[in-house]
Amino acid sequence: MENRGITFGYGFLTQESSFDVQFSLIEYDGSHSYFRAYLVGLLNTILVSVIGIIFATIIGVVVGIARLSSNYLIERTAAIYVEFFRNIPLLLQIFFWYFAALRALPLPEKAEPIFGVFFLTIKGFFVPAFVWNNLDIFIYSVIAAIIAIVFVRLYAKKKQENQGIQTPVLSISIGLLIILPLLSFFLGGVDASVEIPVIEQLSKTSFTFKGGLKLPPELISLALALSLYTATFIAECVRAGVQGVSKGQKEAAASIGLTPNQVLKLVVMPQALRIIIPPTTNQYLNLTKNSSLAAAIAYPDLVLVFAGTALMQTGRAIEIVSITMLTYLTLSITISIFMNWYNKKIAIKEK
Amino acid sequence: MNKLNILSPDKNNLYAYLYSGISLFFISILIVFLNSFFSLNLTSFLPGTISYFLPLIIGFIGLHLIRIEYSGIKFLDIINKNINTNKFNALLSLLIIFAVIKSLPPLLSWFIIDANFAGDSKDACSGSGACWAYIKTWFNRFMYGMYPNAEQWRINLSFIALAFLGGVGFFATEKFKKYLTLYYVIIYPIIAFLFIFFFISGGPIFFDFSYGIIAAVISIIIGFFIPSKFKMYYFLIIPITIYILLKYVFFYEELIELGKIQAFEWVETGAWGGLSLTFIVSFFCLIFCFPVGLFLSLGRRSDLPIIKYISIGFIEFWRGVPLITVLFMSSVMFPMFLPEDMFIDKLVRVIIAISLFEAAYVAEVIRGGLQALPRGQYDAAKSLGMGYWKMHIFVILPQALKLVIPGIANTFLALVKDTPLIFVVGLLEIVGMLNLAKTNPEWLGFAMEGYVFASIVFFIICYAMSKYSYNLEQKYKTER
Repeated sequence: MENRGITFGYGFLTQESSFDVQFSLIEYDGSHSYFRAYLVGLLNTILVSVIGIIFATIIGVVVGIARLSSNYLIERTAAIYVEFFRNIPLLLQIFFWYFAALRALPLPEKAEPIFGVFFLTIKGFFVPAFVWNNLDIFIYSVIAAIIAIVFVRLYAKKKQENQGIQTPVLSISIGLLIILPLLSFFLGGVDASVEIPVIEQLSKTSFTFKGGLKLPPELISLALALSLYTATFIAECVRAGVQGVSKGQKEAAASIGLTPNQVLKLVVMPQALRIIIPPTTNQYLNLTKNSSLAAAIAYPDLVLVFAGTALMQTGRAIEIVSITMLTYLTLSITISIFMNWYNKKIAIKEK
Repeated sequence: MNKLNILSPDKNNLYAYLYSGISLFFISILIVFLNSFFSLNLTSFLPGTISYFLPLIIGFIGLHLIRIEYSGIKFLDIINKNINTNKFNALLSLLIIFAVIKSLPPLLSWFIIDANFAGDSKDACSGSGACWAYIKTWFNRFMYGMYPNAEQWRINLSFIALAFLGGVGFFATEKFKKYLTLYYVIIYPIIAFLFIFFFISGGPIFFDFSYGIIAAVISIIIGFFIPSKFKMYYFLIIPITIYILLKYVFFYEELIELGKIQAFEWVETGAWGGLSLTFIVSFFCLIFCFPVGLFLSLGRRSDLPIIKYISIGFIEFWRGVPLITVLFMSSVMFPMFLPEDMFIDKLVRVIIAISLFEAAYVAEVIRGGLQALPRGQYDAAKSLGMGYWKMHIFVILPQALKLVIPGIANTFLALVKDTPLIFVVGLLEIVGMLNLAKTNPEWLGFAMEGYVFASIVFFIICYAMSKYSYNLEQKYKTER
């Protein structure tokens, strides 16, 4: 290394980066430091991972349950979806959505509004945004609701252990989660108005939308591909989990007089979750790592911004690649340590 | 004749319900079918929304009428059991049937009816359907990348020969079956390497590695005649001796001259590409990642702390980082640690990187199998006086590997699906070639066709692999 004239050091992180990033959650331009560029990339990675995880979970659970359906057509449809989407490389799917499917969308001036407020165009997905007054009070109310729910759960558990009486925790929780934030609207002076995107002419042939929130096509195609791809694996996890609960458990639960809902909630789900959660977390991890494919379609994630642009500019390959790898490594190891702890907690205690 | 109760169909008026129900069901399907295939709206006299939902309502009533348990008619019972168990299921079934009928015409017209098959330029594709002429024109590039057209027979011939040699196992007689493992693990990869190096790449006949291969082959052949007592020492010493003898004593002067001769035109790895590169990369990564993963998994369960923690660190490191950063590392970071005059080919670096990456996953899968074996197996093997290696080779691994066939197959599938990522270092396999073709100014606007084509290719490969692994799993399944 020395004889190639390469120096080693992390001092460059505080230097001015002088490059711009298209899409950023925090304020960023060329005058900020490389470290801030790193943060921008990291936040974008986290954003697309979280969106992907949410949708992958929803699709995965629905498809996983559909695969267990007694209805032949539903079962086949779900099976075809799973077989098809998981046998095609993720990169190919990302390219497909970005270069083929989303390119077929209309230009901003020709876009048809969906429900009058959403605009799906080739330049991105424009959605209405909320403009908040006193947002902090609203957030406090949500936090208060969550804390209240925790207490309700503890109380309900204690009550069941002592008296054997069940409390409808779920409906109370949902109620709390709705009522407390609602109160903040009426009493706390919280106010939200909706800003609808409006078309605006930039030049003779160029249009765009002003106001509202813009989701760039890179983010949409990446999130779409990631969630559709990972959902197939989650669906298989869910299916394996529910099938893993032996039939005798359900029959035994029914024979002691539990209703079908109680059988599902108190007997099947706790056992199925024990099988489902570890591989599903693995899939979440995979999704997060796969989000690095964003570099292929120029979504400014950690790899593209930091290991791409910043590396090209500074030429500090060793430092930058090592920081990038360490970031992902920290992320995975944290989650796997948490998973091991969780696994130990829910594992069947054998004497 | 009993009274007909429309809300609860029963067996007494079976045929009345059956005929009315089935006719309603078919009417609803007919409406959707005519609407979708011939854009003929039978119910246009009704208001828009009702007309839109009418088939659903009619079909739903139809299915409701034929929902009669234990009717005694076999066909009806099968239908009821599979698509019509309750109202919710009936609705979903109808929705799926209608969705399929609705989506067939556009798909058919895009894929076949309006598609262009003939022609060799963009002008041939004027229709609204797919432009398969694009795939036809670029097919050569999608398969072979930038490999010179005149030399492509070398790739074809190598692949056919390797496929034939790989299929030897199916034709082997009982007498040769015991050598099959040796063949597949050691000899076949070497043959494959030689084919690819000399034939596809057009490398010089003798280079440093050739001595090693000749030494290995000679020592294996002699090895069959060595008593098993000395085999261990033999394999430690002899190959190196033969290698040194070959290189520095016997043929040195002559081979230096020979080494400059190339049988075929040299095609550098940068020009390789397309589906053939996908196969080459997947093949070598598959071969390398399995043994490395096996040793890592054994290392992780080792009693020696150093080996154990090195293995754990290695596995967790590779599993924690995305493949794309590993490839970045191999392309920008790795060369800095090499001596100035040393150069390792891009393709080789990529294969090493992917192999190490997937090896970590293979190791975890195999560890699962090792952990699943009961302790009794280890104890029994030890009580027979077996050592560590003997115990693992003859008792533990055969059982553990059998258990993890699905997991290993999944890892291999992931490996094949990860190969497109080599675009990071500038190697263009089939997806990379698609992106290149897409930007060709004479063929703009056919991204969809290209991606659909590649999807089908990958689907066939991966689906075949997963079915094969399923067969393998069934074949080696033993009652426990």
